[in-house]
Amino acid sequence: MNWTKTLRITSIFVVIFIAIILSFPLNEKIKLGLDLQGGSHIILECIDTPNAPVDNDAVNRVLEIIRNRIDQLGVSEPVIQRQGTRRILVQLPGVDDPEAAVEVIGKTALLEFKNEEGETQLTGAHLLNAKESFDQFGRPVVLIEFDKIGAKEFAEATKRNVGKILSITLDGKEISAPVVQEPIISGKAQITGKFTVESAKHLAILLRAGALPVQVEILENRSVGPALGRDSISKGIKAGIAGLILILVFMLVYYKGFGLIADFALVICMLLIVGALAGIKATLTLPGIAGMILTIGMAVDANILIFERIKEELRLEKTFRASIDAGFSKAFRTIFDANVTTLIAALALFYFGTGPIKGFAVTLTIGILASMFTAIVVTKIILELVANKFSYKTLV
Amino acid sequence: MDLIGEKKFDFVKNRKTAYFISSVIILIGLISIIFQGFNYGIDFAGGTLLQIRFDKPVSTTEVRNVLSEFNLSQSTIQNLSENEFVIRTEKIDSEQRKEILSAFKENLTDLDILRVETVGPVIGENLKKLAIYALIFAFIGIILYITIRFEFKFSIISILALLHDCLIVLGIFSLLHKEITISIVAAVLTIVGYSLNNTIVILDRLRENIKFKTRESFENLINISVNQSLSRTINTALTTILPILALYFFGGNILSDFALALFLGMVAGTYSSIFIASPLLLEWNKVFKIEEKRSKIATKKRGKK
Repeated sequence: MNWTKTLRITSIFVVIFIAIILSFPLNEKIKLGLDLQGGSHIILECIDTPNAPVDNDAVNRVLEIIRNRIDQLGVSEPVIQRQGTRRILVQLPGVDDPEAAVEVIGKTALLEFKNEEGETQLTGAHLLNAKESFDQFGRPVVLIEFDKIGAKEFAEATKRNVGKILSITLDGKEISAPVVQEPIISGKAQITGKFTVESAKHLAILLRAGALPVQVEILENRSVGPALGRDSISKGIKAGIAGLILILVFMLVYYKGFGLIADFALVICMLLIVGALAGIKATLTLPGIAGMILTIGMAVDANILIFERIKEELRLEKTFRASIDAGFSKAFRTIFDANVTTLIAALALFYFGTGPIKGFAVTLTIGILASMFTAIVVTKIILELVANKFSYKTLV
Repeated sequence: MDLIGEKKFDFVKNRKTAYFISSVIILIGLISIIFQGFNYGIDFAGGTLLQIRFDKPVSTTEVRNVLSEFNLSQSTIQNLSENEFVIRTEKIDSEQRKEILSAFKENLTDLDILRVETVGPVIGENLKKLAIYALIFAFIGIILYITIRFEFKFSIISILALLHDCLIVLGIFSLLHKEITISIVAAVLTIVGYSLNNTIVILDRLRENIKFKTRESFENLINISVNQSLSRTINTALTTILPILALYFFGGNILSDFALALFLGMVAGTYSSIFIASPLLLEWNKVFKIEEKRSKIATKKRGKK
């Protein structure tokens, strides 16, 4: 065994080692997409209304308020980004109730107090604080507190409407309709209505964060509940393992000794793929798992090309060693050409795709590169080692 | 062990049969596309999708009845299992969704929301555009690459084989009224890459034989090249189709259509690489009146045919 051969073998082990270090423990190191861990992907757009046209300032304030609301919801690692002039991207990983999250984010949350004629007496603009709580009957309520200006407005509004109904609306929908007993000068009040513990909490969040200055519309919302996410992961892994086993068995049965070598290379290929994904912190999505499974099939192709070539060379009566060398060099160009075209398709998908499709493109690309590496380097080394010890006859 | 053995199949002689079979399948697909169109998922058409799982078995009719209270009885309701449904409606906002879900809980039984997707029409249109750009980008990239590595007519032949594969898959999807989502577009692009994979392997062999087997006519070379590549092509097709089948059977509902598209594409791609791509070169030469430079012996052999 000469120096270069030792070097090549060592470098393969080093690469495998690095891949393993990067990938384990699996559930911490692999970043899961929203479709696998559950969560929401939401795109909002700020809309012009006659009262409130959209400008740069308004969009920034919307961003702030939404960030505030999400903070209060307690979502870990949210993504809140501005997209272009009037769009905002929100990603909430691992939310238990995606629908509730969407509600909290998308609502304008304009609080208004209206008299019996429907005229607005004051709004929630001067709210200092809001807190969810329980009244004396144990029902969920929301306690609000106005600042100095708001307290004065509130006192005047209640004075004007003693004995009358003061309707409290959120975005035009009535949430409470108390009768004013006496003027309230403390600036504090309790909103009683058909609240559940959760809806009271959400209202408090909305009031604390403040109303959005402009109207927003939800352009796109993709939310996957945690149950489906877990389901998808397990199904994806099951399919992956099934696919892998099928291929390993097929190669063993059809190509026998060569097949075993290919299987070995394939397992190393998978390790490299997982390691690379973990290393570059790529997001694994459900289509991404499919991409990995596909790449395994294509990885085998490179090995098959090589083996078929070697068989042909052997038919021309060359020695085993010479056949291996000739087979590899002839096969390499074909492997390269064929894989490049798939890479072009993956690149197109990456550039024009979003979210899960991007994940698919990334895993496809990593898979192709890994499969080329293992076929050209790993398979070759193993074959060379084997050729020294065994003859062709024992392999087929 | 050799699947194919020494038997050689005359692909050139039988190419008209292959063309015919392909034309029939593509024609059926095209008729479906023109008259039935595609079943665009909400990714492209916009709308709302709800995947819910009830606590107890519920019938599709019951679901539709509740929906009709909201004027949504026209929605697509897919029954995944006794308890699980996928409902596709026009775009409805979260307020309405809450009301509909409450109606379900009241009239039928308690439920879990597995998945909600809402796509506005603008984004849907945008996605359509992006998908088309991706396809065009891929096609142009591929034409350039193959022209550089081989020659121009090889790239056109390859693209024709690709279009053949895509049309078959899209035609069958239209026929079966399967939903076209962004994942399906990704599957089509993957098939593009893979089908090319196959075609290139055979063309590569053809190129090599053209260079070295100067005594053979062009027709013979095509037959020889395809036959030489047969073992490898079929084995690769098998090894790639096996994991796709695994995806289809184990991957769950979300992946099954995706796996189906891949499966159809792989089969079509393998078929086109073997039976269609190389013989098309002959037609190309005939149409453009090109004579392949062969040695004198080869031309004599052709003349005798």
